[in-house]
Amino acid sequence: MDPGLVQLDQGSGGRAMHELIDALFLSAFENPLLLERNDSAVFEIGGGRLAMTTDSYVIDPLFFPGGDIGSLAVHGTVNDLAMRGAKPLYITAGFILEEGLLVDDLKRVVASMARAVREAGVQVIAGDTKVVPKGKADKLFINTSGIGIVPAGLDIAGANARPGDLVLINGTIGDHGMAVLCKREGLEFENEIQSDSAALNGLVERMLEAFAGIHVLRDPTRGGVATTLNEIAEQSGVGIRLFEEALPVRGDVAGACEVLGLDPLYVANEGKVLAIVPASGADAVLSAMKSHPLGKSSCLMGEVVSDDPGRVLLRTRIGGCRIVDMLRGEQLPRIC
Amino acid sequence: MKYLDEYRDPQLAKELIERLRRRTFSKKEIRLMEICGTHTVAIFRSGLKELLPPEIRLISGPGCPVCVTANEDIDRAIWLSGKPGVIITTFGDLARVPGSSSSLHIERSRGADVRIVYATLDALRIARENPDREVIFIGIGFETTAPTIAAAVQQARKLGVENFSVFSAHKLLPPAMRALLDAREVNIDGFICPGHVSIVIGAGAYREVAENYRIPCVVTGFEPLDILQGVTLLIDQVESGRAEVENQYRRAVTWEGNVAARKLIDEIFEPADSTWRGMGVIPKSGLRFRPAWKKFDAAERFAMPDIKVREHPGCKCGEVLRGIMLPTECGLFRKGCSPQEPKGPCMVSSEGTCGAYYRYQSAPLR
Repeated sequence: MDPGLVQLDQGSGGRAMHELIDALFLSAFENPLLLERNDSAVFEIGGGRLAMTTDSYVIDPLFFPGGDIGSLAVHGTVNDLAMRGAKPLYITAGFILEEGLLVDDLKRVVASMARAVREAGVQVIAGDTKVVPKGKADKLFINTSGIGIVPAGLDIAGANARPGDLVLINGTIGDHGMAVLCKREGLEFENEIQSDSAALNGLVERMLEAFAGIHVLRDPTRGGVATTLNEIAEQSGVGIRLFEEALPVRGDVAGACEVLGLDPLYVANEGKVLAIVPASGADAVLSAMKSHPLGKSSCLMGEVVSDDPGRVLLRTRIGGCRIVDMLRGEQLPRIC
Repeated sequence: MKYLDEYRDPQLAKELIERLRRRTFSKKEIRLMEICGTHTVAIFRSGLKELLPPEIRLISGPGCPVCVTANEDIDRAIWLSGKPGVIITTFGDLARVPGSSSSLHIERSRGADVRIVYATLDALRIARENPDREVIFIGIGFETTAPTIAAAVQQARKLGVENFSVFSAHKLLPPAMRALLDAREVNIDGFICPGHVSIVIGAGAYREVAENYRIPCVVTGFEPLDILQGVTLLIDQVESGRAEVENQYRRAVTWEGNVAARKLIDEIFEPADSTWRGMGVIPKSGLRFRPAWKKFDAAERFAMPDIKVREHPGCKCGEVLRGIMLPTECGLFRKGCSPQEPKGPCMVSSEGTCGAYYRYQSAPLR
C-alpha cells in the first residue's frame, strides 16, 4: 500500500527514516564518508582532521521548558561534532521564516542562539534568511551546519563498539521529548518537565581527557536511546544488552510516559551522550562524567556482547528478556 | 516511582515465579487468555512468558481496541476524511491501520486533515477553534474510552458546538468474551480480565462468564507482580475446580465499577450490534447514539455510502484476535508484514499481538 508520498514517520528518526535515507540519499550521493552513517563526517585537510555536520530544526512549539528552537539548533549541531571527539569551532545558520512570525519571537530565538553559541565556545560565521508566504512553513525553521577539529589519536565512530565494552550515559533519558510533548499538548503534571537540551562538547572533552580510547559516542536524539543503540549494534556488528533496573528515568518523565503509554527508551534526548567504552577505561570515564555538571547522574546501563549481532536486548527487572527494537512508525500514546 | 515500583519488586516477582515453577499441574496445558492489549504488551515487555512453567500458556484475545475495529469502519473513517472541510480527529494508532485500500495516515499525506489527539476534549477544542470546519472524532475503544467520548458529546451540546460529531465504533468487552466461548474454537481455562475496562464496568461484569460458562475470571493489574498474582489466582481456581470472579486489582477496580461513568455512557449511547474484525457481528457489543443525541452522530450527519470491504488475503488478524493462531504462524509475519508496513491492525497497534511478538519476543538470555 505504498502511495508514493512521503509519510510523516519517514522523519521520525526510526526505521522508516533509515530506509528512506538508505534507498534515496546514500545511493545518490554515495561516498565512503557518508556511508559511515556517523553524526558527523571526519576527513583530513592539510594534515589536520576536521569534522563536519548539518541539521535542521522544525520543532513545535518554538519555546519549551528548558530551551527553544534557537538553543536547540546550536546544541544539536555542536553535539553532532562532539560525538566524533571533535572540538566544535564554527557554525552557520539558515533561517526560514513564515510570513507573520512575531518579530519578538524571532528576537528571543536569536538571543537564545547567541547565548548558546557563547556557552558552547563556538561562533556563527555565516547565515542565510528566507521568508515564505504564510502557510508555506510553520513559523520558523532553522538549519545549522558545523565544523570542528578532531584531536590526533582519537577514533570514535558508530562502528567501533566491541564485545566487552560497557555502555554509559550521562543522566536520565526521555526528558526532552516529554518536555516538548507535554508543552505541545498542554499536558500538565505536578512539575513542569524540563528539556535536557545542552551542548555536550565540554563534557566530552573531559571524558576524553580521562580516557582517549572511547570507542563510540552518540547523542540519542529522535528515536531515543533504543534507536541509537540499534544503529550502533548494526554498524558495529555486535549485540547490546541493557539492564532494565539500571535505566535512568526521572520520576516525572516515567510518570508522564506511564500515563501516555510511551516508552522512555524511544523518547528524544538533546543533552545526553551514550558512551561505549572498553571495560578498562570505563571507571575513569564514568568518574570524569560524574565530575561535570552535565553528568552528575551518569551511570552504567548496559554492555556490548558478541551474541545476537545487530540487536539490542533488555534484561527485565523480573529476570526476563526482550528485544529492544528501533523506533518503528511514530511513538503514539495508547488509547485504553 | 511511587505506587508503581512496589509492583515491580524483582525479589517478590522471582519468588512468585519460583512458586509457580515448583507447582505440579493436573493438566498438560492450562490456557489463560488476556483480553486487554495493555496486558499483552506488559507481558512481553517484562519477558514474563518465558519465565512461567511450560504448562501455563498465555494467549492473547480480542483486547486491542484498534485491532478489533472492523475493516468497514476503517474504510468509513477514510471516506469521511475525504469530505471537503472535514477534520478527522482520532487516537493514536488508528491512523496507521490499513483499510481496504488506504489508511488515514496515507490520506493525511494526500492532503486530508487528520489529527491525532490525546483526549476527546482536544477534539472538541479543535471544533471550537475551527467553527467553519466539520470536526469528526473517530471513536474507538472499549468501555474505558466511551465515557470520555460521552462527556465530550455532552459538553458539545452544553457549549452549543454545532460542528462536532463522533463516528462511534465503540466495543463492549463482555459480549465478545461470550461470543468467543460460544464459538468453541479455542480452549480457554481462564480469563485474565482487563484492568482499565474493569474500572468502568466493575469486576461483577464477569460473573455471568464465570458462572454460566464455568471459566475462572481474575481482574488483573498491569505491573509484573499484578500479572503474576493474577496468573496464580487463576491457576488456583483451575486446579481446585472453581470458576469465580476474583479481583486482583483491588487498588483500582471495585465490584460495581464506576457507576457515574456508566451512567454517562448510558445517557448518550445504547448497545447495538457491532462488527468485530475476525469475529463478525456480535449482538449488543457496540454503542450507537440514542435518538436524542443523533445530531452528534457522524454516521447520521454524513450519508455513508455502501462500502465494499477488501481484506488482505493473507492477513490472519482475525484468527490471532480469536486466539486460535499465533502471530508467528501467520504467513505474512516478518514476511511482508511489519510494524512499519503492516498488512493488518494487530501489527500496527502498539497493543496489537502481532506487533508485540515482532517488537519484543526474543530467545531467553543465555
